[in-house]
Amino acid sequence: MTSRTPFLIIVFALIVAGISSIYYRHVEMGVPLTAGEQIDIWQIEAEIEFTGKNEPVNAKLTLPKDPKFELVDEFTASPAYGVHVFREEDKSEVVWSKRQVQGKQTLYYQASYKHTLNPEKELAPIEDVVAETWSEPYQSSAQTLLNNAMEKSGNQQFLVLQILNVIKSDDQNVALLLSRYSKTEIFVQLMQMAKIPAMMVRGLVLEDSRRNQQLIPLLKVYINNDWQMFDVENGELGNELPILVWQQDSPSLLDVVGGRNSKIVFSISHSTQSALQEANSSATEGDFFDFGLYHLPIDEQNLFKGILLLPIGALVVVFLRVLIGLKCSGTFMPILIATSFIQTELVNGVVGFLLIVSIGLIIRSYLSHLNLLLVSRISAVVIVVIGIIVLFTVIAFRMGLTEALTITFFPMIIMAWTIERMSILWEEEGGKEVLIQGGGSLIVAVIAYLMMDNYLIRHWAFNFLGVHALIMAAILLMGQYTGYRLLELRRFKPLAED
Amino acid sequence: MFDFVSPFKLRERGIMGMNQRNFSYIGRYNDRALYPNVDDKLKTKKLAIESGISVPDLLGVVHFQYEVNRVFDILKDHDGFCIKPAKGSGGKGILVILKTDENGYMKASGEYVPREEVVRHITNILAGLFSLGGAADVAVIEALIQFDPTFKGLSHEGVPDIRIIIFQGYPMMAMLRLATHASDGKANLHQGAVGVGIDIATGKAKRAVQFDRPITHHPDTDKSFADVAIGNWDRMLTLAAGCYEMSGLKYLGADIVLDKEKGPLVLELNARPGLAIQIANGMGMLPRLKHIESMDHRRTASIEDRVNYAKTHFND
Repeated sequence: MTSRTPFLIIVFALIVAGISSIYYRHVEMGVPLTAGEQIDIWQIEAEIEFTGKNEPVNAKLTLPKDPKFELVDEFTASPAYGVHVFREEDKSEVVWSKRQVQGKQTLYYQASYKHTLNPEKELAPIEDVVAETWSEPYQSSAQTLLNNAMEKSGNQQFLVLQILNVIKSDDQNVALLLSRYSKTEIFVQLMQMAKIPAMMVRGLVLEDSRRNQQLIPLLKVYINNDWQMFDVENGELGNELPILVWQQDSPSLLDVVGGRNSKIVFSISHSTQSALQEANSSATEGDFFDFGLYHLPIDEQNLFKGILLLPIGALVVVFLRVLIGLKCSGTFMPILIATSFIQTELVNGVVGFLLIVSIGLIIRSYLSHLNLLLVSRISAVVIVVIGIIVLFTVIAFRMGLTEALTITFFPMIIMAWTIERMSILWEEEGGKEVLIQGGGSLIVAVIAYLMMDNYLIRHWAFNFLGVHALIMAAILLMGQYTGYRLLELRRFKPLAED
Repeated sequence: MFDFVSPFKLRERGIMGMNQRNFSYIGRYNDRALYPNVDDKLKTKKLAIESGISVPDLLGVVHFQYEVNRVFDILKDHDGFCIKPAKGSGGKGILVILKTDENGYMKASGEYVPREEVVRHITNILAGLFSLGGAADVAVIEALIQFDPTFKGLSHEGVPDIRIIIFQGYPMMAMLRLATHASDGKANLHQGAVGVGIDIATGKAKRAVQFDRPITHHPDTDKSFADVAIGNWDRMLTLAAGCYEMSGLKYLGADIVLDKEKGPLVLELNARPGLAIQIANGMGMLPRLKHIESMDHRRTASIEDRVNYAKTHFND
């Protein structure tokens, strides 16, 4: 007897591999656990207008850079312009250019964004905060405001709240500052003077069916080891609606060289998309750890959709035989029958199966009188099975029973062997044993079918290959199960009672 | 339908289940390479003759299709015979002919079959219909057992045989299998044959079951099982124990028949003997298996010692 340790290590490794692969596919790549899961997609369109001055034009639009959002796809519409999208570490932009431009021009940039599943935390500011000194009397007013707020607050969090309150109030110092600076600018200055990292960014409020929107100034403050965003102009702490940060540490949003009167407006629309579709289309960018099957041609994908259900069927067979103790004819015959049930639907399948087998048995009993060699006899039965199928299909079609046409999906060779085995069983052990084993096979096939046809199980089997590692582990473990089978508890009952 | 017993109770009684048999005994003790010694009846017969184990006489072997008609040359000197697939399993494909007369060949059931039926049967055997996995096979023709009158009235249309389980060479549990009308002359318990548990020490019947439920009288002949005792019991145990050396398998079932003239003959060996013997004996096998496992097997005891050991330790 070999040691159990390697066995347990293999089982453990399979379980770990299975679970971590499922975890990776779900958490990192966003493959949903259920097939119907939906995700939010925001479609944003930037419309740029300017008037050409009959000279070469270079229009540069800074693109959003927000770790909370992920680009799904983008697209530009701009007749006769050369378009380039530059994506670099620190900034992304799209540039339109044309040799000669005259008159009113309209350029479009369209992009879809979704919420990032696990946004990376933005890095903490590296540099020390150095506030620039405003000219007097603004500097002193700001200092006074800050000192007052400092006194009334215990920590950074409260200092921020306090300053927000002050800016909203009609304090004289605030009024003075507002005569020259915007609320956001004042806030940034106060924060920097208090040595709290802060900056002004511009973002887009995402709300469905909005047109002619502009970026709004927002304040980003680093408190409690995290960047927090405030809409100071409207005096709100955070916003109900999601905000896409568009412009951050870049000088300008739109830069048109060779044009005048340039302006940009945004329109926003919201849609939902199947999370599965989305996860797979975003994975096409060549993720090394992506073992999904969506890169294969559609034909192969469909093939695998069928093949990957077989382990489920195998698990059912192992379970029913080892743990329950059901008898069936041919170990894996029920799985093949179950796969054809998927095509035929259950009721049609069971009726079709019974019809083919019973008529096959009748014809087979005649063939047994002809005294044929085994191979010829099986071949004859194969042809008989095909004949039965053709006959039924034609009759069913004439009678308008279109659902009976799926009978053609039965694997003919398997059916022929089933008939042959059943027939021998009948001759050797009688009709009762045929019913027991045939019925057992049918029960196993139906259970396997119900499992394999389950929407969720199909989704898991195809999208999470880790499931198969778990099935393998379960089958290995059951291979070492030495306890009683369920039906043995009935069989050995007389032994337990005396 | 849902008439289940607690698994703990079965465990307490030492009942062995199918999974445990497959994993802990057959898988662990029976070397795969030795399976052909028992799965191939032709090979079993050769080994038995070499080791001095008594078996039914071999009348002939049909290897190829073109030889099929030659079988009648072999058969013409014998009235009764038995045609078996060499690699058959579970008693499949065995044709027993009791006698030959002008009506044709009479089967054990009294039904006559024509010459063509015999040819067809051999053809099926050669094509591998009864062998595991459908591999091509050969047909073995054996002399018919003239069964001993001791069992008169106990078996319906079939040869009664004695199944003895031998573990590491020690006869461990035994039962007498009797064909019934329900089993159609076959001695397989799941087909309705009666199993009578036999005391290893004395060769006397303990109790009987049919379809896994206890009975006291034969369902067809109404003969009581209470006073059944197997004659020549020691000889039978010795024969069974000798099958261990012959086959090399540590967990083994031997099917032995009692011939009127030749005494006990080993009909067949089985590397995967069933579990119904526990029901026939009304006790689990595990205590005895564990007992033998705990013994010192560094030096193999002689057949005689093993039989004596079994008789003294496995009495009920």
